[in-house]
Amino acid sequence: MYDFDWSPIPRAIPFLWAGMKVTLQITVVAMLVGIGLGTVIAIMRLSKNRVVSALSAGYVNLFRAVPLIMVLLWFFLIVPSLIVRIFNLPRTANVQVTSAMVAFSLFQAAYYAEIIRAGIQSVKAGQIGAALALGMSYGQAMRLVVLPQAFRNMTPLLLTQTIILFQDTSLVYVSAVRDFFGAANIVGTRDGRIVELILFAGAVYFVICFVLSTLVKRWQDRLKVAA
Amino acid sequence: MDLNWHVFLEPAPSGGGATYLDWTIAGLKITVMLSMASWVIALLWGSVMGVFRTMPNRVLYGIATVYVEVFRNIPLLVQLFIWYFVMPELVPPALGNWYKQLDPVTAMFLASTLCLGFFTGARICEQVRAGIESLSKGQKAAGLALGFSLRQTYNYVLLPMAFRIIVPPLASEMVNLVKNSAVASTIGLLELAAMGRQLVDYTARAYESFTAITLLYIALNLIILGFMSWVELKARVPGFISGGGR
Repeated sequence: MYDFDWSPIPRAIPFLWAGMKVTLQITVVAMLVGIGLGTVIAIMRLSKNRVVSALSAGYVNLFRAVPLIMVLLWFFLIVPSLIVRIFNLPRTANVQVTSAMVAFSLFQAAYYAEIIRAGIQSVKAGQIGAALALGMSYGQAMRLVVLPQAFRNMTPLLLTQTIILFQDTSLVYVSAVRDFFGAANIVGTRDGRIVELILFAGAVYFVICFVLSTLVKRWQDRLKVAA
Repeated sequence: MDLNWHVFLEPAPSGGGATYLDWTIAGLKITVMLSMASWVIALLWGSVMGVFRTMPNRVLYGIATVYVEVFRNIPLLVQLFIWYFVMPELVPPALGNWYKQLDPVTAMFLASTLCLGFFTGARICEQVRAGIESLSKGQKAAGLALGFSLRQTYNYVLLPMAFRIIVPPLASEMVNLVKNSAVASTIGLLELAAMGRQLVDYTARAYESFTAITLLYIALNLIILGFMSWVELKARVPGFISGGGR
């Protein structure tokens, strides 16, 4: 039977926490930028202008057809040199975390956009008609009437997608970025306790995601009752 | 930036007249094989668990619920590392030793297949459950009233309907599975994504390599979606407009 030795974990807590902070940073930035950009893409998708809506559809379909790992590899290939050039940074500057944030933001935007589009479409068409009849412009109607209702309906789905994003950030493993899982892996390899560290990391992810998804589910049920 | 697509026709260092194009195809083959093998596990296991999720039996329902929650709330990458690095240490020594003596590619393929199979199975389980629950209660009652046992009711009444309804969500799970299979590159299996990185290492042609690999993934997606929409057409239940929900 395997002999467990959990002693490396308490000693490694500061190191693991530093990794968790990177994981959280990438998640939060990608969530905020992703939802912002996703909203724009969703509104473009619903535009009457064929070119605009085709551009948006192309963006969404492209990102949804490619594995996240491929997207990350692309961005770690292109973005670092681009950022260094644009901001005139020294060649040695560490822009890996920034690249990861850019990649996750653009990738998640495609997924958020589909949720937001469905949310906008779930708002009754009469609402826009009423807003326009009151003299609002299309932009005002969208911003003041449609989007607040749409976001209220789709918040649980957006949060569920964010929990998936939180799990997916572990894929920065393919780069030199050291997130929570990367840190756990390093400690495990260093101390020859890879089994314990992987199980510990899995347990931490499970507790966080399970608690959050249970809360989201409860919120969703409450919305259903209210509706 | 000038692109050089002829690089794919240059001989690769593996010898035997193989070109980089042959390497790419070898990677594609592994991705396809891995996806198919995992799909079989996912569909069979996911269906059984999905049925359990709708059973009146509390124990079976509990088992399936725990399964879904565990496999949905741990990142795929962590699950893969558990199958590949942790499981061989925790299973009975005879099995663990057998696994460690397998040739490395077989060992990586086996771990990836099990990982993707059970990960996707958790999602299929929820689709199957949703499909069964979308049927009207009268279907089950009618089956039982006709003298079918519970098993017969599932086999002859509920499941044939449920599976036809959930073809569209199953199609997107299939696409997800192919995309998720790229995670196997992290343990060293030379599937399509890993082959992309290897091509970059050997040819120093990053843009050409990644473009080719990305296009192949898109092509795989389109093939699956095309095939599944044909299945959907064949399996459509008259009178049902939409799928079983997600």
